[in-house]
Amino acid sequence: MINKAIFERSAVGRLLLADKAGRYLITGLLAVMVVVPLCNLLMPAGSFLHIPTYIVVLLGKYLCYALLALALDLVWGYCGILSLGHGAFFALGGYAMGMHLMRQIGERGVYGNAELPDFMVFLNWTELPWYWYGFDNFFFAMFMVALVPAALAFVFGWLAFRSRVTGVYLSIITQAMTYALLLAFFRNDMGFGGNNGLTDFKDILGFSLQSDVTRCVLFALSALSVALAYILCRAIVSSKYGRVLVAIRDAESRTRFMGYRVEHFKLFVFVVSAILAGIAGALYVPQVGIINPGEFGPINSIEIVIWVAIGGRGTLFGAVIGAIAVNYAKTYFTGAFPEVWLFMLGALFVISTLYLPKGIVGVVNQMRERRAERDATSTPEQGAQS
Amino acid sequence: MSAVVKSPGFHSAEMQSMLYLNGVTKSFDGFKAINNLSLDISPGELRAIIGPNGAGKSTMMDIITGKTRPDSGEVKFRDSIDLTQYDEADIANLGIGRKFQKPTVIETLTVWENVELALAGTRSVLRALLHKLSSEQADKIDEVIKLVGLKVKTNDLAGSLSHGQKQWLEIGMLIVQGPELLLVDEPAAGMTDHETMETAALLKEINKDHTVVVVEHDMDFIKALDSKVTVLHEGSVLAEGRLEVVSANPRVIEVYLGR
Amino acid sequence: MDVSMKLNHIFSVFFSFLVLFQLQIVQAEQITPLESEADSALLLNQLVSVKSTSDKKDLISLIAGSNLPQRTRVLTAMQDGDLYYTKADEQLVYAKTHPDGYEIRAVVSGEDLGVVGSRKVRKISINNELRTVLRGVLAELALRSEDAAERLAAAKDLIRSPAPEFLAAIERAKAIENNDKVLESLNIAMAMINLKSDQQVFRLEAIEAFRGTLDSDAMSILAAMQLKDSDGNYLEKDELVRESSAAVLSEMRGKAKIYKLLENAFFGLSLGSVLLLTAVGLAITFGVMGVINMAHGEMMMLGAYTTYVIQLIMPNYIDYSIIVAIPAAFIVSGLVGIVIERGIIRHLYGRPLETLLATFGVSLILQQAVRSIFSPLNKSVSSPSWLSGSWEINGALSLTYNRLYIIIFSLIVLLLLVFLLKKTFVGLQMRAVTQNRAMANSMGIRTGWVDALTFGLGSGIAGIAGVALSQLTNVGPNLGQSYIIDSFMVVVFGGVGNLFGTFFAAMSLGVANKFLEPFAGAVLAKIFVLVFIILFIQWRPRGLFALKGRSVED
Repeated sequence: MINKAIFERSAVGRLLLADKAGRYLITGLLAVMVVVPLCNLLMPAGSFLHIPTYIVVLLGKYLCYALLALALDLVWGYCGILSLGHGAFFALGGYAMGMHLMRQIGERGVYGNAELPDFMVFLNWTELPWYWYGFDNFFFAMFMVALVPAALAFVFGWLAFRSRVTGVYLSIITQAMTYALLLAFFRNDMGFGGNNGLTDFKDILGFSLQSDVTRCVLFALSALSVALAYILCRAIVSSKYGRVLVAIRDAESRTRFMGYRVEHFKLFVFVVSAILAGIAGALYVPQVGIINPGEFGPINSIEIVIWVAIGGRGTLFGAVIGAIAVNYAKTYFTGAFPEVWLFMLGALFVISTLYLPKGIVGVVNQMRERRAERDATSTPEQGAQS
Repeated sequence: MSAVVKSPGFHSAEMQSMLYLNGVTKSFDGFKAINNLSLDISPGELRAIIGPNGAGKSTMMDIITGKTRPDSGEVKFRDSIDLTQYDEADIANLGIGRKFQKPTVIETLTVWENVELALAGTRSVLRALLHKLSSEQADKIDEVIKLVGLKVKTNDLAGSLSHGQKQWLEIGMLIVQGPELLLVDEPAAGMTDHETMETAALLKEINKDHTVVVVEHDMDFIKALDSKVTVLHEGSVLAEGRLEVVSANPRVIEVYLGR
Repeated sequence: MDVSMKLNHIFSVFFSFLVLFQLQIVQAEQITPLESEADSALLLNQLVSVKSTSDKKDLISLIAGSNLPQRTRVLTAMQDGDLYYTKADEQLVYAKTHPDGYEIRAVVSGEDLGVVGSRKVRKISINNELRTVLRGVLAELALRSEDAAERLAAAKDLIRSPAPEFLAAIERAKAIENNDKVLESLNIAMAMINLKSDQQVFRLEAIEAFRGTLDSDAMSILAAMQLKDSDGNYLEKDELVRESSAAVLSEMRGKAKIYKLLENAFFGLSLGSVLLLTAVGLAITFGVMGVINMAHGEMMMLGAYTTYVIQLIMPNYIDYSIIVAIPAAFIVSGLVGIVIERGIIRHLYGRPLETLLATFGVSLILQQAVRSIFSPLNKSVSSPSWLSGSWEINGALSLTYNRLYIIIFSLIVLLLLVFLLKKTFVGLQMRAVTQNRAMANSMGIRTGWVDALTFGLGSGIAGIAGVALSQLTNVGPNLGQSYIIDSFMVVVFGGVGNLFGTFFAAMSLGVANKFLEPFAGAVLAKIFVLVFIILFIQWRPRGLFALKGRSVED
């Protein structure tokens, strides 16, 4: 039992006390973090409670998407920056992780070259490119998972926010950014495996990526990351800084006349968001076993937006719910009715923007408010009026 | 110097003018929105600026607050600070507050939060992240909310306020920002007669501690302000003086009052 | 051989000399027709009887100078050693080797004589001297063809195999040639021959003649003159000739470089025209209405599929199908656009980011719809014949018709659009609504109707762009996606709400892309352009030709 007094006095505790949905979310995440691996590892294969490994991997994937959606909600929901290039940060984090896993393969590749990944041997390269140095070290690679997306976000954001590129213009150039990276990573000369990307990973920190235990640990890490990222985001948006973000979202010019350096505020949140997206990518790659330039595709980035929009933007937990719900729907429909999926996704976009501007969370809140009003007043007509 | 210096904030005894514009010109695609405009606002003054639509009032505000750069001319704050070198955030922090024509408050934040954001203090990212409100600051916020008559609305979303209440909230936000110079753009627009008079009284109250420049259309409001008036026309000053004097000027009657 | 045959022989030789005399006079002028078929048979059969080289030479000239329809074929066959005569009746025949001997055909009557044993026929023998004569005569015949293209081909052949024996023929051909291109080739051919002369004067003159032309053969010959052998001595011994050739060569190369640049610029402009076509519809929906239409690419895709369907409907009139497809695509995409506007976008005005998402949803639906209806595979759309081929301006520059047409087409579309917006009442209403909706509304303009029409117009133009794209790329469900980002870049770069800006942006991006490609490769060139635009937007957040003023700042 957590001591209630200590909980209330801690910073995180105070945050969550004011955030009921957040408490449920964190509790849920911590629960699946424990329960899912246990059901996979301890229950016998035929048991009702057994969760097969492919489901664990699938759920882990959803959680990575949820983290990515959180990252986008932080900038879009709270600061109005509709980034159509967040897939790029995710992919860069993924590539950083992929490069580490590539280096871990060592002599076990098809060509048995201890120094060079297979695709480089295939391209007749004789030396490891300088930008691959250091990736054999896990901690260096993890540092890069955060640093590379952060650096790109910093440079891009510094340029764009300083010049006051806003709204759809910003959206379009973020899309151009990820598109340029897509084209670049497709090139073999870039040294990231070209079209095929990085794959055939063997192990991470010496643990085989094929083993159920490793997969369960990665899953648990994903769940924990989402929980921690949620708390971080909640802390950010609950601070005065968060209120400045909202002010920028709703009245950027006014905020400037209050004396806030809007570009600094935007840049900070953009970089934090890029790092979270990078971490999501890094968790994603060892679980799905591949990273290729397709992750930079502009469509992928737009899909992230729809997760957040459907979940309910500017709520944080809406992003998590949206990512999981839409991806579950995707898994189900692409399996059961592959023809229908794109129709479904397209319709989701249209319906959510036309009829659900606040997403699932908005609908739930509305229903709750209605019920509260109905309970408060005896006559239903009055409730309907407001 | 007609206005009486009242505020203890004006410690620099030698300061000649709070705001000084000289020969300012700005054109958009060949149209001269501001044409060789000169203006001198003394410390502690309350000045009303009137003029027909397109006289260049808003562009003048944009130039003073750093939103627009003039093509030529000087814009000086407190005698020596060249405002053309700074952007909006800098100028706000130098001590110039601006109220927009359309009330712009942060609708998704509460009245209290709106005032909190505007409260004078550091504007850096890091401080904002770690910010904790002191009790003096909280008192100050409460005080200002009371001043603009929104005490009962303290925890309501700003978006739920009426038009006039939003105007007042914005004025309150300007006050806690602690500027030396307030630029107020059409504060009475869309207000009832009663609200208009209250707003005029509020501005006169504010003028006790601040230099105030008001742009307005409403002649009753200008009369209520009882201050020096500058008439703008086609981007430059047409006449300047007490309202009675200005309204007797035949050219002013022709371009503005007579219509 | 009996007496009558002998007499006949003597007579025919005499006769042929008469004819020869007559033809010698009119040579290079007009040729009088032979009186009858009998005469031609007589002339041709001389080939069988005449034995001496000098007689044969005369006879070849006679045949060449006649207006016999078979002359070119006979002389070509003779040169190739395919001309025979039957031993039995001394009839002149073309022969083709066959497992059982020869497959023969009568020269005079053209009658197929079947296959005969190799003993039954004998070859009309020729020697090197005669071969030279034949080559010259045949070249001259070709140079006199009625068809300018044939004459040009003949002249080009001569450039490739220059020999002194053609000189006279070239001189004569030049005297009557009136086509500039053929004349230029003849001059080059002559210079090629003169270059082989052993007299310095002729060679210098020849080199001088290359100046001003861009013939690639001439350039390689001149370049060869600058080479050294393994001992470091120049292959060309004559220093004066060498230096003058070097000078002419560098001048030619300079010119060729300029034409290469022109060609690149042309490629760039044609790419720019494609960009213009794809972006101009977006310039309306995004630039004029402020609607981010992510389904714009799918409007193009619909246009391309309309072209495909039109071709299915009229398979026998491919040449005209495009003409039908243009209005059809405009209507199809325009109507779909109007439906999207009425159904979705009108609820979202003033919320550009929401419009972006909703129209992206529409784009997914349209893609999947096309996949379900037409299959996910690419469809082949054929090009009308008048789009193929190219316009050869000179040796270094030729412009393909499809690129040329697309430049013209895109300009026509742009001009029509500008006309529509600036000069018609509908255009006036469109501009009124976009500038001040409330005012337009109160003046009695049905703003909803104008919105739908404006959006339909932008979408319809995208459909037209799709027709053009169907001629350039694969028609498939993903066609739109590959162009949407480029189109947005063009509009943003040019400045929103400014058609001239869109035009300028499309053309400059197209040209920049094509000039970067030789150095960087196609993909890297595209990356450079994207990065350039991203940086450019920092400098000018509202594009190159942004509207200025207060009204657009908020």
